Amino acid sequence: MNNPIYLDNNATTKVAPEVLDEMLPFLKEEYANPSSIYSFAQSIKKNIEQAREKVAQLLNADSSDIVFTSGGTESDNLAIKGIAYANREKGKHIITSSIEHHAVLNTCKYLLKQGFDVTFLPVDKYGIIDLKELKKSIRKDTILVSIMFANNEIGTIEPIEEIGKIVKEKGIYFHTDAVQAAGKIKINVKKLNIDLLSISAHKFHGPKGVGALYVKKSVNFDNLLHGGHQEKGKRAGTENVAGILGLGKACELAIDYLNDQKQQQKIKMLRDKLEKGILEKIPEIIINGHPEKRIDNTLNICIKYIEGESILINLDLEGIYASSGSACTSGSLEPSHVLLALGLPHEIAHGSLRFSLSKYTEEKEIEKVLEILPEIVQKLRNLSPLWKEKKI
Amino acid sequence: MFQYSDKVMEQFKSMKNAGRIEDADGIGKVGNPVCGDVMWIYIKVDENEVIIDCKFETFGCVAAIATSSLATELVKGEKIEDALKITNKRIVELLGGLPKEKFHCSVLAEEGIKKAIEDYRQKKEK
Ligand SMILES: Cc1ncc(COP(=O)(O)O)c(C=O)c1O
Repeated sequence: MNNPIYLDNNATTKVAPEVLDEMLPFLKEEYANPSSIYSFAQSIKKNIEQAREKVAQLLNADSSDIVFTSGGTESDNLAIKGIAYANREKGKHIITSSIEHHAVLNTCKYLLKQGFDVTFLPVDKYGIIDLKELKKSIRKDTILVSIMFANNEIGTIEPIEEIGKIVKEKGIYFHTDAVQAAGKIKINVKKLNIDLLSISAHKFHGPKGVGALYVKKSVNFDNLLHGGHQEKGKRAGTENVAGILGLGKACELAIDYLNDQKQQQKIKMLRDKLEKGILEKIPEIIINGHPEKRIDNTLNICIKYIEGESILINLDLEGIYASSGSACTSGSLEPSHVLLALGLPHEIAHGSLRFSLSKYTEEKEIEKVLEILPEIVQKLRNLSPLWKEKKI
Repeated sequence: MFQYSDKVMEQFKSMKNAGRIEDADGIGKVGNPVCGDVMWIYIKVDENEVIIDCKFETFGCVAAIATSSLATELVKGEKIEDALKITNKRIVELLGGLPKEKFHCSVLAEEGIKKAIEDYRQKKEK
Protein backbone atom coordinates (compact mmCIF):
# COMPACT_ATOMS: atom_id res chain seq x y z
CA MET A 1 0.00 0.00 0.00
CA ASN A 2 1.00 3.63 -0.49
CA ASN A 3 1.99 5.68 2.52
CA PRO A 4 -0.94 5.95 4.86
CA ILE A 5 -2.70 9.31 5.05
CA TYR A 6 -3.02 10.40 8.66
CA LEU A 7 -5.87 12.86 9.17
CA ASP A 8 -6.59 12.29 12.84
CA ASN A 9 -4.34 14.91 14.39
CA ASN A 10 -6.91 15.96 17.00
CA ALA A 11 -6.61 12.44 18.42
CA THR A 12 -2.84 12.63 18.50
CA THR A 13 0.05 13.86 16.38
CA LYS A 14 3.31 12.51 15.12
CA VAL A 15 6.27 13.31 17.38
CA ALA A 16 8.38 15.91 15.57
CA PRO A 17 11.89 14.60 14.78
CA GLU A 18 13.37 17.61 16.65
CA VAL A 19 11.36 16.61 19.72
CA LEU A 20 12.59 13.04 19.61
CA ASP A 21 16.21 14.22 19.32
CA GLU A 22 15.70 16.41 22.37
CA MET A 23 14.29 13.52 24.40
CA LEU A 24 16.61 10.65 23.56
CA PRO A 25 19.61 11.61 25.75
CA PHE A 26 17.28 11.67 28.74
CA LEU A 27 16.20 8.10 28.08
CA LYS A 28 19.82 7.03 27.76
CA GLU A 29 22.79 8.56 29.52
CA GLU A 30 21.07 11.47 31.32
CA TYR A 31 19.12 9.30 33.71
CA ALA A 32 19.70 10.98 37.08
CA ASN A 33 16.83 11.91 39.37
CA PRO A 34 16.50 15.69 39.13
CA SER A 35 15.85 15.90 42.89
CA SER A 36 19.36 14.66 43.69
CA ILE A 37 22.00 17.19 44.56
CA TYR A 38 25.08 16.10 42.58
CA SER A 39 25.95 17.90 39.37
CA PHE A 40 24.81 14.97 37.18
CA ALA A 41 21.26 15.58 38.47
CA GLN A 42 21.45 19.35 38.71
CA SER A 43 22.09 19.77 34.99
CA ILE A 44 18.90 17.81 34.34
CA LYS A 45 17.04 20.03 36.77
CA LYS A 46 18.26 22.98 34.74
CA ASN A 47 16.94 21.40 31.54
CA ILE A 48 13.54 20.95 33.15
CA GLU A 49 13.47 24.61 34.11
CA GLN A 50 14.32 25.58 30.54
CA ALA A 51 11.42 23.45 29.31
CA ARG A 52 9.18 25.20 31.83
CA GLU A 53 10.23 28.54 30.39
CA LYS A 54 9.31 27.42 26.88
CA VAL A 55 5.85 26.33 28.02
CA ALA A 56 5.43 29.68 29.75
CA GLN A 57 6.52 31.48 26.60
CA LEU A 58 3.91 29.69 24.50
CA LEU A 59 1.19 30.91 26.88
CA ASN A 60 2.70 34.28 27.83
CA ALA A 61 2.76 33.08 31.44
CA ASP A 62 5.31 33.29 34.25
CA SER A 63 7.34 30.10 34.27
CA SER A 64 6.83 29.72 38.02
CA ASP A 65 3.10 29.26 37.28
CA ILE A 66 3.61 26.14 35.13
CA VAL A 67 3.04 22.69 36.68
CA PHE A 68 4.03 19.62 34.69
CA THR A 69 1.49 16.78 34.62
CA SER A 70 0.89 13.48 32.83
CA GLY A 71 -1.24 15.13 30.13
CA GLY A 72 -4.50 16.86 29.37
CA THR A 73 -6.66 14.59 31.50
CA GLU A 74 -4.56 15.11 34.61
CA SER A 75 -4.33 18.86 34.02
CA ASP A 76 -8.13 19.10 33.77
CA ASN A 77 -8.62 16.96 36.88
CA LEU A 78 -6.04 18.92 38.82
CA ALA A 79 -7.58 22.25 37.87
CA ILE A 80 -11.19 21.38 38.56
CA LYS A 81 -10.85 19.16 41.62
CA GLY A 82 -8.02 21.34 42.89
CA ILE A 83 -10.25 24.44 42.85
CA ALA A 84 -13.33 22.61 44.07
CA TYR A 85 -11.66 21.05 47.11
CA ALA A 86 -9.72 24.15 48.13
CA ASN A 87 -12.69 26.52 47.82
CA ARG A 88 -15.63 24.42 49.00
CA GLU A 89 -16.07 26.72 52.01
CA LYS A 90 -16.64 29.61 49.64
CA GLY A 91 -19.10 27.82 47.44
CA LYS A 92 -20.02 24.61 45.68
CA HIS A 93 -21.13 25.78 42.27
CA ILE A 94 -19.19 25.13 39.06
CA ILE A 95 -20.11 26.25 35.54
CA THR A 96 -18.93 24.40 32.45
CA SER A 97 -20.27 23.68 28.96
CA SER A 98 -22.10 20.72 27.49
CA ILE A 99 -19.43 20.16 24.83
CA GLU A 100 -16.33 19.73 27.00
CA HIS A 101 -13.97 16.81 26.59
CA HIS A 102 -14.76 13.89 28.91
CA ALA A 103 -11.73 14.84 31.00
CA VAL A 104 -13.69 17.92 32.12
CA LEU A 105 -17.22 16.58 31.77
CA ASN A 106 -16.70 13.43 33.82
CA THR A 107 -14.64 15.27 36.44
CA CYS A 108 -17.58 17.66 36.89
CA LYS A 109 -20.02 14.73 37.03
CA TYR A 110 -17.85 13.13 39.71
CA LEU A 111 -17.98 16.36 41.72
CA LEU A 112 -21.77 16.42 41.35
CA LYS A 113 -21.82 13.10 43.21
CA GLN A 114 -19.54 14.60 45.85
CA GLY A 115 -22.14 17.25 46.63
CA PHE A 116 -21.05 20.02 44.29
CA ASP A 117 -23.52 21.70 41.97
CA VAL A 118 -22.67 21.96 38.27
CA THR A 119 -24.29 23.97 35.47
CA PHE A 120 -23.67 22.61 31.96
CA LEU A 121 -24.16 25.54 29.59
CA PRO A 122 -25.85 24.87 26.25
CA VAL A 123 -24.27 25.88 22.94
CA ASP A 124 -25.68 27.24 19.68
CA LYS A 125 -25.70 25.29 16.41
CA TYR A 126 -22.03 26.17 15.85
CA GLY A 127 -20.97 25.02 19.30
CA ILE A 128 -20.50 28.48 20.83
CA ILE A 129 -21.63 29.03 24.41
CA ASP A 130 -24.19 31.69 25.12
CA LEU A 131 -22.57 34.50 27.12
CA LYS A 132 -25.93 35.73 28.40
CA GLU A 133 -26.62 32.27 29.77
CA LEU A 134 -23.20 32.29 31.38
CA LYS A 135 -23.90 35.60 33.11
CA LYS A 136 -27.31 34.39 34.22
CA SER A 137 -26.00 31.19 35.71
CA ILE A 138 -23.34 32.83 37.87
CA ARG A 139 -24.40 32.67 41.53
CA LYS A 140 -23.04 33.84 44.86
CA ASP A 141 -21.60 30.38 45.49
CA THR A 142 -20.00 29.95 42.03
CA ILE A 143 -16.31 29.17 42.48
CA LEU A 144 -15.18 28.10 39.02
CA VAL A 145 -16.01 28.53 35.35
CA SER A 146 -14.38 25.93 33.08
CA ILE A 147 -14.91 26.42 29.35
CA MET A 148 -12.72 24.85 26.69
CA PHE A 149 -10.64 27.05 24.38
CA ALA A 150 -11.34 25.02 21.24
CA ASN A 151 -13.43 21.91 20.82
CA ASN A 152 -11.69 18.68 19.85
CA GLU A 153 -14.49 17.32 17.64
CA ILE A 154 -15.71 20.33 15.70
CA GLY A 155 -12.86 22.80 16.21
CA THR A 156 -15.11 25.68 17.33
CA ILE A 157 -13.21 28.37 19.27
CA GLU A 158 -15.07 29.71 22.31
CA PRO A 159 -15.22 33.45 23.18
CA ILE A 160 -12.48 33.10 25.79
CA GLU A 161 -11.67 36.81 26.06
CA GLU A 162 -15.30 37.71 26.81
CA ILE A 163 -15.62 34.86 29.29
CA GLY A 164 -12.42 36.00 30.99
CA LYS A 165 -13.84 39.49 31.44
CA ILE A 166 -17.16 38.31 32.83
CA VAL A 167 -15.54 35.88 35.24
CA LYS A 168 -12.93 38.37 36.45
CA GLU A 169 -15.57 40.96 37.31
CA LYS A 170 -17.27 38.41 39.54
CA GLY A 171 -14.09 37.26 41.25
CA ILE A 172 -14.52 33.65 40.14
CA TYR A 173 -11.73 31.40 38.90
CA PHE A 174 -11.55 30.72 35.16
CA HIS A 175 -10.10 27.47 33.85
CA THR A 176 -9.86 26.62 30.16
CA ASP A 177 -9.01 23.28 28.57
CA ALA A 178 -6.67 24.49 25.82
CA VAL A 179 -5.53 21.01 24.80
CA GLN A 180 -6.76 21.54 21.23
CA ALA A 181 -5.85 25.22 21.05
CA ALA A 182 -2.23 25.08 22.23
CA GLY A 183 0.13 25.17 19.29
CA LYS A 184 -2.70 25.98 16.89
CA ILE A 185 -3.67 29.50 17.95
CA LYS A 186 -1.88 32.20 19.93
CA ILE A 187 -2.70 32.12 23.63
CA ASN A 188 -2.02 34.91 26.09
CA VAL A 189 -3.19 33.95 29.58
CA LYS A 190 -2.59 37.42 30.96
CA LYS A 191 -4.51 39.29 28.31
CA LEU A 192 -7.35 36.76 28.40
CA ASN A 193 -7.69 36.78 32.22
CA ILE A 194 -7.22 33.03 32.45
CA ASP A 195 -6.46 31.62 35.92
CA LEU A 196 -5.85 27.98 34.97
CA LEU A 197 -5.15 26.42 31.57
CA SER A 198 -4.54 22.81 30.49
CA ILE A 199 -2.30 21.62 27.67
CA SER A 200 -1.11 18.23 26.43
CA ALA A 201 2.13 17.64 24.51
CA HIS A 202 0.93 14.89 22.17
CA LYS A 203 -1.60 17.16 20.49
CA PHE A 204 1.15 19.34 19.02
CA HIS A 205 3.94 17.00 18.01
CA GLY A 206 5.21 16.26 21.50
CA PRO A 207 5.19 12.89 23.26
CA LYS A 208 2.19 11.22 24.89
CA GLY A 209 1.71 11.14 28.65
CA VAL A 210 2.97 14.62 29.46
CA GLY A 211 1.28 17.99 29.71
CA ALA A 212 1.08 21.05 31.87
CA LEU A 213 -1.30 23.13 33.90
CA TYR A 214 -0.88 26.87 34.12
CA VAL A 215 -2.03 28.09 37.54
CA LYS A 216 -1.83 31.77 38.36
CA LYS A 217 0.00 32.41 41.64
CA SER A 218 -2.97 33.97 43.39
CA VAL A 219 -5.16 30.91 42.82
CA ASN A 220 -6.12 28.93 45.90
CA PHE A 221 -5.98 25.28 44.92
CA ASP A 222 -5.26 21.82 46.33
CA ASN A 223 -3.06 19.24 44.71
CA LEU A 224 -4.23 15.77 43.70
CA LEU A 225 -1.04 13.80 44.12
CA HIS A 226 0.53 13.94 47.55
CA GLY A 227 4.10 12.83 48.09
CA GLY A 228 7.45 14.43 47.41
CA HIS A 229 8.14 18.10 46.98
CA GLN A 230 8.44 18.07 43.19
CA GLU A 231 6.76 20.89 41.25
CA LYS A 232 6.89 23.01 44.42
CA GLY A 233 4.55 20.56 46.10
CA LYS A 234 1.81 21.10 43.54
CA ARG A 235 2.35 17.73 41.87
CA ALA A 236 4.35 15.04 43.62
CA GLY A 237 6.28 12.31 41.83
CA THR A 238 9.66 12.02 40.14
CA GLU A 239 9.53 14.04 36.94
CA ASN A 240 8.93 12.48 33.52
CA VAL A 241 12.19 14.07 32.41
CA ALA A 242 12.27 13.00 28.75
CA GLY A 243 8.58 13.81 28.39
CA ILE A 244 8.95 17.25 29.92
CA LEU A 245 11.88 18.06 27.65
CA GLY A 246 9.86 16.80 24.69
CA LEU A 247 7.01 19.09 25.73
CA GLY A 248 9.43 22.01 25.98
CA LYS A 249 10.76 21.37 22.49
CA ALA A 250 7.22 20.96 21.12
CA CYS A 251 6.38 24.39 22.61
CA GLU A 252 9.45 25.90 20.98
CA LEU A 253 8.39 24.49 17.59
CA ALA A 254 4.82 25.66 18.20
CA ILE A 255 6.05 29.21 18.84
CA ASP A 256 7.91 29.10 15.51
CA TYR A 257 4.80 27.79 13.81
CA LEU A 258 2.59 30.51 15.31
CA ASN A 259 5.01 33.15 14.04
CA ASP A 260 5.02 31.66 10.56
CA GLN A 261 1.99 32.88 8.60
CA LYS A 262 2.88 30.72 5.63
CA GLN A 263 2.80 27.44 7.52
CA GLN A 264 -0.49 28.32 9.16
CA GLN A 265 -2.06 29.37 5.89
CA LYS A 266 -1.01 26.09 4.29
CA ILE A 267 -2.99 24.04 6.80
CA LYS A 268 -6.02 26.29 6.45
CA MET A 269 -5.78 26.20 2.67
CA LEU A 270 -5.68 22.39 2.67
CA ARG A 271 -8.56 22.11 5.15
CA ASP A 272 -10.64 24.52 3.06
CA LYS A 273 -9.77 22.62 -0.09
CA LEU A 274 -10.98 19.41 1.54
CA GLU A 275 -14.18 21.06 2.72
CA LYS A 276 -14.93 22.67 -0.63
CA GLY A 277 -14.09 19.51 -2.55
CA ILE A 278 -16.37 17.37 -0.40
CA LEU A 279 -19.24 19.85 -0.78
CA GLU A 280 -18.78 19.86 -4.54
CA LYS A 281 -18.50 16.13 -4.98
CA ILE A 282 -20.94 14.77 -2.41
CA PRO A 283 -24.54 15.89 -2.03
CA GLU A 284 -26.32 16.22 1.32
CA ILE A 285 -23.40 17.08 3.55
CA ILE A 286 -23.60 19.09 6.75
CA ILE A 287 -20.53 21.01 7.95
CA ASN A 288 -20.25 21.04 11.73
CA GLY A 289 -18.58 23.75 13.78
CA HIS A 290 -18.34 27.49 13.30
CA PRO A 291 -17.65 28.67 9.72
CA GLU A 292 -14.91 31.11 10.86
CA LYS A 293 -14.29 30.71 14.57
CA ARG A 294 -12.73 27.32 14.10
CA ILE A 295 -9.19 25.96 14.46
CA ASP A 296 -7.58 25.81 11.02
CA ASN A 297 -6.87 22.09 10.98
CA THR A 298 -10.33 20.67 11.71
CA LEU A 299 -13.13 19.60 9.41
CA ASN A 300 -16.15 17.83 10.86
CA ILE A 301 -18.99 16.80 8.58
CA CYS A 302 -22.11 14.67 8.66
CA ILE A 303 -22.75 12.54 5.61
CA LYS A 304 -26.45 11.91 5.63
CA TYR A 305 -28.00 8.44 5.23
CA ILE A 306 -24.85 6.45 6.06
CA GLU A 307 -23.04 5.55 9.25
CA GLY A 308 -19.62 6.76 10.41
CA GLU A 309 -17.91 3.53 11.37
CA SER A 310 -18.53 1.91 7.99
CA ILE A 311 -17.12 5.02 6.31
CA LEU A 312 -14.04 4.96 8.58
CA ILE A 313 -13.32 1.28 7.95
CA ASN A 314 -13.65 1.78 4.21
CA LEU A 315 -11.23 4.72 4.45
CA ASP A 316 -8.90 2.58 6.54
CA LEU A 317 -8.90 -0.09 3.83
CA GLU A 318 -7.60 2.65 1.51
CA GLY A 319 -4.96 3.77 4.02
CA ILE A 320 -6.77 6.91 5.18
CA TYR A 321 -7.13 7.50 8.91
CA ALA A 322 -9.89 9.73 10.29
CA SER A 323 -12.45 9.58 13.10
CA SER A 324 -16.19 9.74 13.75
CA GLY A 325 -18.61 10.73 16.50
CA SER A 326 -20.92 7.86 15.61
CA ALA A 327 -22.15 5.71 18.51
CA CYS A 328 -20.74 2.65 16.79
CA THR A 329 -17.16 3.83 17.12
CA SER A 330 -17.33 4.59 20.82
CA GLY A 331 -18.94 1.50 22.24
CA SER A 332 -21.77 3.56 23.68
CA LEU A 333 -25.29 3.66 22.34
CA GLU A 334 -25.31 7.41 21.97
CA PRO A 335 -23.53 9.38 19.26
CA SER A 336 -21.13 12.13 20.35
CA HIS A 337 -22.45 14.46 23.06
CA VAL A 338 -20.91 17.36 21.14
CA LEU A 339 -22.89 16.71 17.97
CA LEU A 340 -26.09 16.20 19.96
CA ALA A 341 -25.46 19.48 21.82
CA LEU A 342 -25.41 21.25 18.43
CA GLY A 343 -28.97 20.05 17.97
CA LEU A 344 -28.25 17.41 15.35
CA PRO A 345 -30.69 14.48 15.33
CA HIS A 346 -29.25 11.07 16.22
CA GLU A 347 -29.54 9.59 12.74
CA ILE A 348 -27.49 12.44 11.28
CA ALA A 349 -24.92 12.43 14.08
CA HIS A 350 -24.30 8.73 13.33
CA GLY A 351 -22.92 9.80 9.95
CA SER A 352 -20.25 12.12 11.31
CA LEU A 353 -16.69 12.18 10.11
CA ARG A 354 -13.75 14.25 11.36
CA PHE A 355 -10.61 15.05 9.43
CA SER A 356 -7.89 16.85 11.39
CA LEU A 357 -4.73 18.00 9.62
CA SER A 358 -1.24 18.90 10.78
CA LYS A 359 1.74 20.81 9.40
CA TYR A 360 2.88 17.51 7.91
CA THR A 361 -0.28 17.10 5.78
CA GLU A 362 0.40 17.34 2.05
CA GLU A 363 -1.79 18.57 -0.76
CA LYS A 364 -1.64 15.27 -2.61
CA GLU A 365 -3.03 13.53 0.46
CA ILE A 366 -6.06 15.81 0.44
CA GLU A 367 -6.49 15.16 -3.27
CA LYS A 368 -6.42 11.43 -2.63
CA VAL A 369 -9.16 11.74 -0.02
CA LEU A 370 -11.24 13.78 -2.45
CA GLU A 371 -10.85 11.01 -4.98
CA ILE A 372 -11.67 8.12 -2.66
CA LEU A 373 -14.28 9.47 -0.23
CA PRO A 374 -17.00 10.13 -2.86
CA GLU A 375 -16.68 6.52 -4.09
CA ILE A 376 -17.05 5.14 -0.58
CA VAL A 377 -20.03 7.37 0.12
CA GLN A 378 -21.71 6.30 -3.08
CA LYS A 379 -21.16 2.64 -2.33
CA LEU A 380 -22.59 2.95 1.18
CA ARG A 381 -25.49 5.14 0.07
CA ASN A 382 -26.39 2.62 -2.62
CA LEU A 383 -26.62 0.09 0.17
CA SER A 384 -28.62 2.34 2.48
CA PRO A 385 -32.41 1.97 2.58
CA LEU A 386 -32.60 5.50 4.01
CA TRP A 387 -30.96 6.95 0.91
CA LYS A 388 -33.39 5.08 -1.37
CA GLU A 389 -36.38 5.99 0.75
CA LYS A 390 -35.50 9.65 0.57
CA LYS A 391 -35.42 9.50 -3.21
CA ILE A 392 -38.79 7.80 -3.54
CA MET B 1 -12.84 1.41 17.60
CA PHE B 2 -13.71 -2.26 17.55
CA GLN B 3 -11.58 -5.19 16.62
CA TYR B 4 -13.44 -7.24 14.01
CA SER B 5 -12.70 -10.82 12.98
CA ASP B 6 -11.41 -11.59 9.48
CA LYS B 7 -14.76 -13.18 8.63
CA VAL B 8 -16.63 -10.00 9.55
CA MET B 9 -14.26 -7.98 7.40
CA GLU B 10 -14.69 -10.44 4.50
CA GLN B 11 -18.45 -10.03 4.60
CA PHE B 12 -18.13 -6.27 4.95
CA LYS B 13 -15.90 -6.10 1.91
CA SER B 14 -17.73 -8.58 -0.33
CA MET B 15 -21.37 -7.63 0.40
CA LYS B 16 -22.27 -10.32 -2.13
CA ASN B 17 -26.03 -9.94 -1.94
CA ALA B 18 -26.17 -6.19 -1.60
CA GLY B 19 -29.08 -4.48 -3.30
CA ARG B 20 -32.83 -4.88 -3.68
CA ILE B 21 -35.15 -7.32 -5.42
CA GLU B 22 -37.68 -5.22 -7.30
CA ASP B 23 -40.35 -7.95 -7.44
CA ALA B 24 -39.60 -9.45 -4.02
CA ASP B 25 -42.11 -11.91 -2.53
CA GLY B 26 -41.33 -10.72 0.97
CA ILE B 27 -39.52 -7.78 2.57
CA GLY B 28 -38.39 -7.62 6.20
CA LYS B 29 -37.74 -4.08 7.45
CA VAL B 30 -36.11 -3.88 10.87
CA GLY B 31 -34.12 -1.41 12.96
CA ASN B 32 -34.33 2.31 13.56
CA PRO B 33 -32.21 5.14 12.13
CA VAL B 34 -32.10 6.83 15.55
CA CYS B 35 -30.20 3.83 16.93
CA GLY B 36 -27.94 3.78 13.93
CA ASP B 37 -28.98 0.62 12.12
CA VAL B 38 -31.69 -0.25 9.63
CA MET B 39 -31.87 -3.48 7.60
CA TRP B 40 -34.16 -4.35 4.75
CA ILE B 41 -34.09 -8.02 3.72
CA TYR B 42 -35.69 -9.03 0.40
CA ILE B 43 -36.62 -12.62 -0.50
CA LYS B 44 -37.80 -14.32 -3.68
CA VAL B 45 -39.56 -17.67 -3.03
CA ASP B 46 -40.45 -20.40 -5.55
CA GLU B 47 -43.46 -22.74 -5.58
CA ASN B 48 -41.64 -25.30 -3.41
CA GLU B 49 -41.14 -22.68 -0.68
CA VAL B 50 -37.44 -22.44 -1.40
CA ILE B 51 -35.80 -19.02 -1.08
CA ILE B 52 -34.23 -18.70 -4.51
CA ASP B 53 -32.89 -15.19 -4.05
CA CYS B 54 -32.18 -12.97 -1.09
CA LYS B 55 -30.74 -9.45 -0.96
CA PHE B 56 -30.18 -6.80 1.66
CA GLU B 57 -29.95 -3.05 2.09
CA THR B 58 -28.42 -1.77 5.30
CA PHE B 59 -27.76 1.55 6.97
CA GLY B 60 -25.33 0.95 9.79
CA CYS B 61 -21.94 0.03 11.07
CA VAL B 62 -19.55 -2.68 9.91
CA ALA B 63 -21.26 -5.30 12.09
CA ALA B 64 -24.71 -4.38 10.80
CA ILE B 65 -23.56 -4.72 7.21
CA ALA B 66 -21.64 -7.95 7.83
CA THR B 67 -24.46 -9.69 9.73
CA SER B 68 -27.09 -8.79 7.16
CA SER B 69 -24.78 -9.85 4.36
CA LEU B 70 -24.09 -13.23 5.97
CA ALA B 71 -27.78 -13.75 6.79
CA THR B 72 -28.70 -13.39 3.13
CA GLU B 73 -26.05 -15.92 2.15
CA LEU B 74 -27.35 -18.38 4.74
CA VAL B 75 -30.96 -18.37 3.63
CA LYS B 76 -30.38 -18.35 -0.11
CA GLY B 77 -31.28 -21.81 -1.44
CA GLU B 78 -32.89 -22.86 1.85
CA LYS B 79 -36.45 -23.94 2.41
CA ILE B 80 -38.48 -21.42 4.36
CA GLU B 81 -38.86 -23.69 7.37
CA ASP B 82 -35.08 -24.09 7.55
CA ALA B 83 -34.48 -20.37 7.11
CA LEU B 84 -36.70 -19.77 10.13
CA LYS B 85 -34.32 -21.86 12.23
CA ILE B 86 -31.38 -19.52 11.71
CA THR B 87 -30.54 -17.84 14.99
CA ASN B 88 -28.45 -14.82 15.78
CA LYS B 89 -26.12 -17.11 17.73
CA ARG B 90 -25.40 -19.07 14.59
CA ILE B 91 -24.71 -15.84 12.70
CA VAL B 92 -22.25 -14.69 15.36
CA GLU B 93 -20.56 -18.11 15.35
CA LEU B 94 -20.13 -18.15 11.60
CA LEU B 95 -18.66 -14.64 11.72
CA GLY B 96 -15.99 -15.81 14.15
CA GLY B 97 -17.53 -13.75 16.93
CA LEU B 98 -18.69 -10.15 17.31
CA PRO B 99 -17.80 -7.49 19.89
CA LYS B 100 -20.33 -7.64 22.73
CA GLU B 101 -21.67 -4.17 21.88
CA LYS B 102 -22.49 -5.42 18.39
CA PHE B 103 -24.57 -8.46 19.29
CA HIS B 104 -27.76 -6.55 18.62
CA CYS B 105 -26.79 -6.42 14.94
CA SER B 106 -27.00 -10.20 14.73
CA VAL B 107 -30.39 -10.09 16.46
CA LEU B 108 -31.58 -7.59 13.86
CA ALA B 109 -30.37 -9.82 11.03
CA GLU B 110 -32.30 -12.79 12.44
CA GLU B 111 -35.40 -10.62 12.86
CA GLY B 112 -35.00 -9.29 9.33
CA ILE B 113 -35.21 -12.77 7.86
CA LYS B 114 -38.18 -13.74 10.01
CA LYS B 115 -40.00 -10.55 9.06
CA ALA B 116 -39.34 -11.10 5.36
CA ILE B 117 -40.81 -14.60 5.62
CA GLU B 118 -43.79 -13.33 7.59
CA ASP B 119 -44.36 -10.69 4.92
CA TYR B 120 -44.20 -13.36 2.21
CA ARG B 121 -46.78 -15.50 4.04
CA GLN B 122 -49.13 -12.59 4.57
CA LYS B 123 -48.92 -11.63 0.92
CA LYS B 124 -49.61 -15.22 -0.14
CA GLU B 125 -52.74 -15.43 2.00
CA LYS B 126 -54.28 -12.45 0.28
C1 LIG C 1 -10.02 19.01 24.50
C2 LIG C 1 -9.27 17.89 25.13
N1 LIG C 1 -9.10 17.86 26.46
C3 LIG C 1 -8.43 16.87 27.07
C4 LIG C 1 -7.88 15.83 26.36
C5 LIG C 1 -7.15 14.74 27.09
O1 LIG C 1 -5.77 14.86 26.91
P1 LIG C 1 -4.77 13.64 27.20
O2 LIG C 1 -5.00 12.66 26.11
O3 LIG C 1 -3.42 14.24 27.14
O4 LIG C 1 -5.10 13.10 28.54
C6 LIG C 1 -8.03 15.82 24.97
C7 LIG C 1 -7.48 14.72 24.15
O5 LIG C 1 -8.09 13.72 23.86
C8 LIG C 1 -8.75 16.86 24.34
O6 LIG C 1 -8.93 16.87 23.02
